[in-house]
Amino acid sequence: MTFADWISQPVNWAFIVIGGAVLIAGFRVVTAKNVVHAALYLVGALAGTAGLFLLLSAEFVAWVLVLVYIGAVVVLFLFGIMITRAPTGLDEGLDADHKVLPAILAAGVFLMMAWATIDAFGTALVVSTGSPTSTELIGESLLGRFVIPFEVVSFVLLAALIGGITIARRDLTPAEEEERAAV
Amino acid sequence: MVLNQFLILGAAIFAMGVYGLLVRRNIVLILLSVELMLTAVNINLVAFESYLVTPEAIGQVFAIFVITVAAAEVGIGLAIVLMIFRNRKSANVDDLSLMRW
Repeated sequence: MTFADWISQPVNWAFIVIGGAVLIAGFRVVTAKNVVHAALYLVGALAGTAGLFLLLSAEFVAWVLVLVYIGAVVVLFLFGIMITRAPTGLDEGLDADHKVLPAILAAGVFLMMAWATIDAFGTALVVSTGSPTSTELIGESLLGRFVIPFEVVSFVLLAALIGGITIARRDLTPAEEEERAAV
Repeated sequence: MVLNQFLILGAAIFAMGVYGLLVRRNIVLILLSVELMLTAVNINLVAFESYLVTPEAIGQVFAIFVITVAAAEVGIGLAIVLMIFRNRKSANVDDLSLMRW
Protein backbone atom coordinates (compact mmCIF):
# COMPACT_ATOMS: atom_id res chain seq x y z
CA MET A 1 0.00 0.00 0.00
CA THR A 2 1.46 3.35 -1.02
CA PHE A 3 1.13 6.55 0.89
CA ALA A 4 -1.17 7.97 -1.80
CA ASP A 5 -3.58 5.08 -1.27
CA TRP A 6 -3.37 5.54 2.46
CA ILE A 7 -4.04 9.27 2.45
CA SER A 8 -6.95 8.91 0.00
CA GLN A 9 -9.09 7.23 2.66
CA PRO A 10 -11.07 9.84 4.65
CA VAL A 11 -10.78 7.77 7.84
CA ASN A 12 -7.03 8.34 7.79
CA TRP A 13 -7.54 12.12 7.72
CA ALA A 14 -9.49 11.72 10.94
CA PHE A 15 -6.66 9.57 12.28
CA ILE A 16 -4.06 12.23 11.47
CA VAL A 17 -6.08 14.96 13.19
CA ILE A 18 -6.90 12.92 16.30
CA GLY A 19 -3.51 11.23 16.50
CA GLY A 20 -1.71 14.57 16.18
CA ALA A 21 -3.87 16.03 18.93
CA VAL A 22 -3.10 13.04 21.18
CA LEU A 23 0.63 13.37 20.52
CA ILE A 24 0.68 17.11 21.25
CA ALA A 25 -1.43 16.71 24.40
CA GLY A 26 0.70 13.79 25.58
CA PHE A 27 3.87 15.77 25.03
CA ARG A 28 2.47 18.68 27.01
CA VAL A 29 1.52 16.31 29.86
CA VAL A 30 5.18 15.45 30.41
CA THR A 31 6.60 18.93 29.74
CA ALA A 32 4.04 21.40 31.16
CA LYS A 33 5.43 23.67 33.86
CA ASN A 34 2.12 23.87 35.69
CA VAL A 35 0.76 20.79 37.46
CA VAL A 36 -2.88 21.66 36.78
CA HIS A 37 -2.14 22.22 33.09
CA ALA A 38 -0.48 18.80 32.90
CA ALA A 39 -3.61 17.15 34.31
CA LEU A 40 -5.84 19.08 31.90
CA TYR A 41 -3.66 18.10 28.93
CA LEU A 42 -4.13 14.51 30.06
CA VAL A 43 -7.87 15.07 29.52
CA GLY A 44 -7.09 16.06 25.92
CA ALA A 45 -4.91 13.01 25.38
CA LEU A 46 -7.55 10.67 26.81
CA ALA A 47 -10.37 12.26 24.81
CA GLY A 48 -8.29 11.80 21.65
CA THR A 49 -7.69 8.18 22.60
CA ALA A 50 -11.44 7.69 22.94
CA GLY A 51 -11.78 9.12 19.43
CA LEU A 52 -9.23 6.60 18.17
CA PHE A 53 -11.23 3.81 19.80
CA LEU A 54 -14.31 5.03 17.95
CA LEU A 55 -12.32 4.86 14.70
CA LEU A 56 -11.48 1.25 15.58
CA SER A 57 -15.21 0.56 16.12
CA ALA A 58 -14.67 -0.07 19.85
CA GLU A 59 -17.62 2.02 20.95
CA PHE A 60 -18.14 0.62 24.44
CA VAL A 61 -14.46 0.87 25.43
CA ALA A 62 -14.35 4.45 24.15
CA TRP A 63 -17.20 5.56 26.40
CA VAL A 64 -15.84 3.56 29.34
CA LEU A 65 -12.60 5.46 28.85
CA VAL A 66 -14.43 8.79 28.86
CA LEU A 67 -16.48 7.90 31.94
CA VAL A 68 -13.77 6.28 34.05
CA TYR A 69 -10.73 8.30 33.06
CA ILE A 70 -11.99 11.77 32.25
CA GLY A 71 -14.91 11.53 34.65
CA ALA A 72 -13.24 9.97 37.66
CA VAL A 73 -9.46 9.54 37.41
CA VAL A 74 -8.65 13.06 36.24
CA VAL A 75 -10.94 14.55 38.90
CA LEU A 76 -9.06 12.46 41.47
CA PHE A 77 -5.77 13.78 40.07
CA LEU A 78 -7.00 17.37 40.33
CA PHE A 79 -7.95 16.74 43.97
CA GLY A 80 -4.50 15.31 44.59
CA ILE A 81 -2.86 18.32 42.98
CA MET A 82 -4.94 20.76 45.01
CA ILE A 83 -4.07 18.99 48.26
CA THR A 84 -0.35 18.62 47.60
CA ARG A 85 0.20 22.07 46.13
CA ALA A 86 3.14 23.84 47.76
CA PRO A 87 1.88 26.40 50.32
CA THR A 88 3.83 29.17 48.60
CA GLY A 89 1.80 28.69 45.43
CA LEU A 90 4.96 28.06 43.43
CA ASP A 91 5.58 24.72 41.78
CA GLU A 92 9.30 24.40 42.06
CA GLY A 93 11.34 21.32 41.36
CA LEU A 94 8.81 19.70 39.04
CA ASP A 95 11.48 18.32 36.76
CA ALA A 96 14.87 16.79 37.35
CA ASP A 97 17.88 18.74 36.12
CA HIS A 98 19.16 16.02 33.83
CA LYS A 99 16.80 15.59 30.89
CA VAL A 100 19.06 14.41 28.09
CA LEU A 101 19.52 10.84 29.28
CA PRO A 102 15.77 10.23 29.84
CA ALA A 103 15.06 11.75 26.41
CA ILE A 104 17.60 9.42 24.76
CA LEU A 105 16.14 6.46 26.63
CA ALA A 106 12.55 7.34 25.63
CA ALA A 107 13.61 7.85 22.00
CA GLY A 108 15.36 4.48 22.12
CA VAL A 109 12.24 2.80 23.49
CA PHE A 110 10.14 4.39 20.77
CA LEU A 111 12.51 3.51 17.94
CA MET A 112 12.86 -0.07 19.14
CA MET A 113 9.11 -0.59 19.35
CA ALA A 114 8.44 1.20 16.05
CA TRP A 115 11.07 -0.93 14.30
CA ALA A 116 9.66 -4.11 15.83
CA THR A 117 6.07 -3.35 14.78
CA ILE A 118 7.07 -2.29 11.26
CA ASP A 119 9.19 -5.42 10.95
CA ALA A 120 6.40 -7.66 12.23
CA PHE A 121 3.26 -6.22 10.66
CA GLY A 122 4.37 -4.13 7.69
CA THR A 123 1.26 -2.84 5.97
CA ALA A 124 -1.21 -5.25 7.55
CA LEU A 125 -4.68 -3.72 7.47
CA VAL A 126 -7.10 -3.27 10.33
CA VAL A 127 -10.39 -5.01 9.59
CA SER A 128 -13.06 -2.36 9.48
CA THR A 129 -16.51 -3.87 9.77
CA GLY A 130 -18.20 -0.47 9.67
CA SER A 131 -20.39 -1.30 12.65
CA PRO A 132 -19.39 -0.95 16.31
CA THR A 133 -18.56 -4.01 18.38
CA SER A 134 -21.81 -4.76 20.14
CA THR A 135 -21.89 -4.19 23.88
CA GLU A 136 -23.84 -7.43 24.13
CA LEU A 137 -20.83 -9.34 22.81
CA ILE A 138 -18.49 -7.71 25.33
CA GLY A 139 -20.94 -8.35 28.16
CA GLU A 140 -21.30 -12.02 27.26
CA SER A 141 -17.54 -12.34 27.00
CA LEU A 142 -17.02 -10.65 30.39
CA LEU A 143 -19.52 -12.88 32.16
CA GLY A 144 -18.77 -15.97 30.12
CA ARG A 145 -15.23 -16.89 29.23
CA PHE A 146 -13.66 -14.13 31.34
CA VAL A 147 -15.88 -14.39 34.42
CA ILE A 148 -13.02 -15.36 36.75
CA PRO A 149 -10.73 -12.46 35.73
CA PHE A 150 -13.81 -10.24 36.01
CA GLU A 151 -14.40 -11.33 39.59
CA VAL A 152 -10.70 -10.98 40.40
CA VAL A 153 -10.67 -7.44 39.04
CA SER A 154 -13.78 -6.57 41.03
CA PHE A 155 -12.01 -7.88 44.14
CA VAL A 156 -8.96 -5.76 43.30
CA LEU A 157 -11.20 -2.70 43.08
CA LEU A 158 -12.78 -3.51 46.44
CA ALA A 159 -9.35 -4.00 48.01
CA ALA A 160 -8.16 -0.69 46.51
CA LEU A 161 -11.23 1.05 47.90
CA ILE A 162 -10.65 -0.25 51.43
CA GLY A 163 -6.90 0.27 51.16
CA GLY A 164 -7.32 3.84 49.94
CA ILE A 165 -9.56 4.69 52.89
CA THR A 166 -7.22 3.00 55.36
CA ILE A 167 -4.06 4.62 54.05
CA ALA A 168 -5.44 8.14 53.66
CA ARG A 169 -7.27 8.19 57.00
CA ARG A 170 -5.65 10.40 59.59
CA ASP A 171 -4.56 8.54 62.69
CA LEU A 172 -6.07 9.97 65.84
CA THR A 173 -3.80 11.33 68.53
CA PRO A 174 -4.08 9.58 71.95
CA ALA A 175 -5.97 12.56 73.35
CA GLU A 176 -8.48 12.47 70.52
CA GLU A 177 -8.96 8.74 70.92
CA GLU A 178 -9.69 9.18 74.60
CA GLU A 179 -12.16 11.90 73.77
CA ARG A 180 -13.88 9.69 71.23
CA ALA A 181 -14.01 6.76 73.64
CA ALA A 182 -15.62 8.96 76.29
CA VAL A 183 -18.56 9.90 74.07
CA MET B 1 -6.37 1.89 8.11
CA VAL B 2 -3.03 0.19 8.62
CA LEU B 3 -2.48 -1.61 11.91
CA ASN B 4 0.96 -0.06 12.27
CA GLN B 5 -0.31 3.52 12.44
CA PHE B 6 -2.00 2.70 15.75
CA LEU B 7 0.90 0.64 17.08
CA ILE B 8 3.43 3.38 16.34
CA LEU B 9 1.21 6.04 17.89
CA GLY B 10 0.94 3.80 20.95
CA ALA B 11 4.72 3.40 21.01
CA ALA B 12 5.16 7.20 20.83
CA ILE B 13 2.75 7.78 23.73
CA PHE B 14 4.43 5.03 25.75
CA ALA B 15 7.84 6.63 25.13
CA MET B 16 6.47 9.98 26.33
CA GLY B 17 5.25 8.23 29.47
CA VAL B 18 8.73 6.77 30.02
CA TYR B 19 10.27 10.22 29.58
CA GLY B 20 7.82 11.80 32.02
CA LEU B 21 8.39 9.02 34.53
CA LEU B 22 12.15 9.63 34.51
CA VAL B 23 12.13 13.44 34.36
CA ARG B 24 9.29 14.45 36.67
CA ARG B 25 10.01 14.95 40.36
CA ASN B 26 6.47 15.58 41.59
CA ILE B 27 4.71 12.37 42.64
CA VAL B 28 1.37 13.38 41.12
CA LEU B 29 3.05 14.08 37.79
CA ILE B 30 4.80 10.70 37.90
CA LEU B 31 1.38 9.06 38.33
CA LEU B 32 0.12 11.10 35.34
CA SER B 33 2.98 9.68 33.24
CA VAL B 34 2.02 6.16 34.31
CA GLU B 35 -1.54 6.85 33.14
CA LEU B 36 -0.15 7.91 29.77
CA MET B 37 1.72 4.60 29.46
CA LEU B 38 -1.41 2.61 30.36
CA THR B 39 -3.35 4.52 27.70
CA ALA B 40 -0.74 3.53 25.12
CA VAL B 41 -1.24 -0.12 26.09
CA ASN B 42 -5.01 0.30 25.70
CA ILE B 43 -4.56 1.69 22.18
CA ASN B 44 -2.49 -1.37 21.28
CA LEU B 45 -5.05 -3.79 22.72
CA VAL B 46 -7.97 -2.24 20.87
CA ALA B 47 -5.97 -2.00 17.62
CA PHE B 48 -5.03 -5.68 17.81
CA GLU B 49 -8.67 -6.55 18.44
CA SER B 50 -9.58 -4.75 15.23
CA TYR B 51 -6.78 -6.59 13.43
CA LEU B 52 -7.60 -10.11 14.62
CA VAL B 53 -11.39 -9.74 15.17
CA THR B 54 -11.81 -12.43 17.81
CA PRO B 55 -15.34 -13.81 18.28
CA GLU B 56 -15.32 -12.80 21.96
CA ALA B 57 -13.82 -9.30 21.54
CA ILE B 58 -10.90 -10.34 23.74
CA GLY B 59 -8.80 -7.24 23.07
CA GLN B 60 -11.57 -4.89 24.17
CA VAL B 61 -12.30 -6.98 27.26
CA PHE B 62 -8.64 -6.76 28.23
CA ALA B 63 -8.67 -3.01 27.63
CA ILE B 64 -11.56 -2.78 30.12
CA PHE B 65 -9.52 -4.80 32.63
CA VAL B 66 -6.58 -2.44 32.17
CA ILE B 67 -8.84 0.58 32.73
CA THR B 68 -10.20 -0.99 35.93
CA VAL B 69 -6.77 -1.78 37.33
CA ALA B 70 -5.58 1.72 36.41
CA ALA B 71 -8.50 3.21 38.37
CA ALA B 72 -7.56 1.12 41.41
CA GLU B 73 -3.91 2.12 41.00
CA VAL B 74 -4.76 5.82 40.95
CA GLY B 75 -6.90 5.49 44.05
CA ILE B 76 -4.17 3.76 46.06
CA GLY B 77 -1.42 5.94 44.58
CA LEU B 78 -3.10 9.19 45.50
CA ALA B 79 -3.88 7.89 48.99
CA ILE B 80 -0.17 7.19 49.45
CA VAL B 81 0.74 10.63 48.04
CA LEU B 82 -1.69 12.22 50.49
CA MET B 83 -0.13 10.32 53.38
CA ILE B 84 3.42 11.26 52.32
CA PHE B 85 2.44 14.90 51.93
CA ARG B 86 0.83 14.92 55.36
CA ASN B 87 3.93 13.47 56.99
CA ARG B 88 6.69 15.24 55.06
CA LYS B 89 5.00 18.41 53.74
CA SER B 90 6.35 17.69 50.28
CA ALA B 91 5.31 15.90 47.11
CA ASN B 92 8.82 15.76 45.68
CA VAL B 93 10.41 12.32 45.29
CA ASP B 94 13.89 13.70 45.97
CA ASP B 95 12.82 14.42 49.55
CA LEU B 96 11.87 10.79 50.12
CA SER B 97 15.28 9.30 50.83
CA LEU B 98 14.31 7.52 54.05
CA MET B 99 14.52 4.02 52.59
CA ARG B 100 17.57 4.68 50.42
CA TRP B 101 20.93 3.46 51.59
